[in-house]
Amino acid sequence: MTTNVPEPLLALTNVNTFYGQAQVHFDLSITVARSHIVCLLGGNASGKSTTMKIILGLVKPRSGDVTFDGASLIGLSTPQIVRRGIASVPEARRLFADMTVRENILMGAFVRNDRDAVAQDLDKMLTLFPKLGQRLSQRAGSLSGGEQQMVAMARALMSRPRMIVMDEPTMGLSPLYVDRVLELIRTINQEGVSVFMVEQNASLALEIAHEAYVLQTGKIVLSGPARALKDDPRVRDAYLGGAEAA
Amino acid sequence: MSSWLDYTINGLIVGNVYALVAVGLALIFGVSRLINFAQGSIYLVGAYIGWVAVVQLHTPLPLTIIVVAVAAALVGLVIERFGLRPLQNSVRIAPLLATIGISFVLDQLVMLTFSPNPRALPSQLPDVRFQIGGGTIGPLDLLIAGVGITSALLLFVFLRYSKLGWAVRATAQDRDAAMQMGVDVNRVNQAVFGIAAALGGVSGMLVGMYYNQIDTAMSLQATLKGVVAEVVGGAGNVPGAVIGSLLLGLVESYGVAVFGTSYRNLFAFLLLVVVLVLRPNGLFASARQAPPEPLTGTFIAPSRPVRIPRWALLVAAAAFAILPLFPVSFYVLQTLINAWLLGMLALSLTLVAGTIGQVSLGHAALLAIGAYTSALLSLGFAVPVGLSIIGGGLMSAALGTALISPSFRLRGHYVSIATLAIGEIVSLVILNWESVTRGPIGISGIPPLSLFGYDLISPNSIYWFSLVVMIVLALLQARLLGSHLGRSFRAIRDDDIAARAYGLSLNRYKSLAFIFGGFAAGVSGGIAAHLYSYINHETFNTQQSILALTVVILGGLGNVVGAIVGSVALVGLPELFRIAAEYRILIYGIVLLLLVRFRPQGLLGTM
Repeated sequence: MTTNVPEPLLALTNVNTFYGQAQVHFDLSITVARSHIVCLLGGNASGKSTTMKIILGLVKPRSGDVTFDGASLIGLSTPQIVRRGIASVPEARRLFADMTVRENILMGAFVRNDRDAVAQDLDKMLTLFPKLGQRLSQRAGSLSGGEQQMVAMARALMSRPRMIVMDEPTMGLSPLYVDRVLELIRTINQEGVSVFMVEQNASLALEIAHEAYVLQTGKIVLSGPARALKDDPRVRDAYLGGAEAA
Repeated sequence: MSSWLDYTINGLIVGNVYALVAVGLALIFGVSRLINFAQGSIYLVGAYIGWVAVVQLHTPLPLTIIVVAVAAALVGLVIERFGLRPLQNSVRIAPLLATIGISFVLDQLVMLTFSPNPRALPSQLPDVRFQIGGGTIGPLDLLIAGVGITSALLLFVFLRYSKLGWAVRATAQDRDAAMQMGVDVNRVNQAVFGIAAALGGVSGMLVGMYYNQIDTAMSLQATLKGVVAEVVGGAGNVPGAVIGSLLLGLVESYGVAVFGTSYRNLFAFLLLVVVLVLRPNGLFASARQAPPEPLTGTFIAPSRPVRIPRWALLVAAAAFAILPLFPVSFYVLQTLINAWLLGMLALSLTLVAGTIGQVSLGHAALLAIGAYTSALLSLGFAVPVGLSIIGGGLMSAALGTALISPSFRLRGHYVSIATLAIGEIVSLVILNWESVTRGPIGISGIPPLSLFGYDLISPNSIYWFSLVVMIVLALLQARLLGSHLGRSFRAIRDDDIAARAYGLSLNRYKSLAFIFGGFAAGVSGGIAAHLYSYINHETFNTQQSILALTVVILGGLGNVVGAIVGSVALVGLPELFRIAAEYRILIYGIVLLLLVRFRPQGLLGTM
């Protein structure tokens, strides 16, 4: 239970979402506390990615409310939501493949107009992601999956967001990069940025998250502090057991 | 005669003009995956604004260019805002159809304002030629080259160094991701349409000055050439569009040098078809580029078709059958005969575009093949007219299917481009193959309709004949759609990958659809030839293809009854209200726009 938090940074309240006739979310309620890492677990077709799209305004819920820092996001366009301080690391990274790494990272600062500070932040990204330094003028599409993930995270940070939403940040990465990405998420979080992430890899996600929710066919079936969920037999059976390897 | 250097210079200059159109098309395709068929209309508007500025306002050349660019850009912004933005969440083919409707409306408005007669557009530049090597070059050539190069440089700087330019590139590569960076995609669309329109308008003005003549036929030609250049260079690829344009200019210029002026367009469209078939992503595309968008499946508005009871259809058919027994005017019968002929074409198109999902923009070519075959069979080989019409249908079925078959692997917008090009090729072959088709003179003295030796000359007999033929074709088609063939067609339309996974041979079913559709259209063309007694290469033109498309969308794509209802409505209503001929095309354009916006499933619903 996440009750003792003063006011959450992000709150989804009783969200119902439909694709045509099919209902995707049933009274979905999720909160993300300030400076916390919250992770949303769930199998295929549980409505995880749609939750991301709801937050980013890419899909509109039929009913319910989404608030960020106390103000509703319903009715705002995606660019307006981004300007409120939410950055995203989309599923499968979605870099601008034909633009250079440098251009990709700077695209993250699209909503900002303070050129000098942007230049400083770019330098900061290169200390946070040292590998990208030599790749700056390379086409983003030519990087490896792990390197692309670094670019996507740097790109998201460039808008100086208050919260980053990440859709399966470890998907398709080599084990080495999976550890690196989780470590970076923790670093980002320690600088005060809240993180809301969707993951299939439950054991890793619970490792770094403060709170977690388990989504099953559009309904939250479990939620609570990550540590508690990690030991919950239901989570262990559904997501941490051997059958889940695929 | 001129030297090869002259032909090269001419090719590059013309290529520069094409580039101004094609770059705009490429920008728009890049950002919104849309082939803007209204681009040529903006080019036309640019030419006429240039004419107003030069001839009536006597503006100096630099000011003329600025005026044209700004005015054309405004037209582009209006098109984006009111024509296309409302369609953002509608089916994928809707914006394409909307640009076709917009283009009809703009062209007709220009024609109504300025009359269809050609006008001279003087360039105000001194008429001198400079010798270079073995060729010559004039000030206007230099102006066109200068404008082309300057525009390319400005565009490069814009895309590479401005914030909006970055937004354009990012949106072109991944629209959703760009939005998640805070890019306002509507502003990007606006910018792109404004730039494309400015370039297109200036291009139209320059071409008008180059030939010292402007007329309303420029529009479709410009769209076609721009699309050829863009596809050759790779859809959405801006530098590719420039190179494709120069290449197109050179191919045409050398083609003209070797074969003569009337072959110019033939080379352009052959180049397009060859590129589409061999390298549908363009000459410069590499594997990493996004594959052509999978447009099949979701582009027809899903709907529940209106069920019309069988007795109602029988009553309607009987009512139309006994109509000539009442004292109706010849004019009414004439109008309905036209509706039945258009109905046969619409049956063909609703099968091809609606049921199997290959949106053809060149369907009039099937009419032309049927008409010429039937006319030549009856004139040259004394084949009885009834048989010659069947011959025309068979020839349309065979030739039409053979011509489109190399393009079977294409999908979505590319099918539309390929069919448009094939339609133009058929018309150009008819124009140039003088020994068979009598070229530009056309065929006259075609014998009247007859059946078993009896001439059908009275309006009543022609009316009954065309009505019966259309009903028979409609029944055959309804039967076909009710069989497993119809289901296979729809499966291919809805998801061609899944259909293939179920073991359906796409090529075989597409062939079957085109064979059946080709036959119906060919028969319609054959009957028309004997009714008109004179045909030429322009009798069956792109306007008719688009009219047929409007008819089938009005009736509901794939809907057999809808195709006939749509034909009666679109042929009959303008007659009923006595609308003058020059306004009709304007109305067809507006009907198409309204349908796409408010009732994409048509009157009777898609099937």
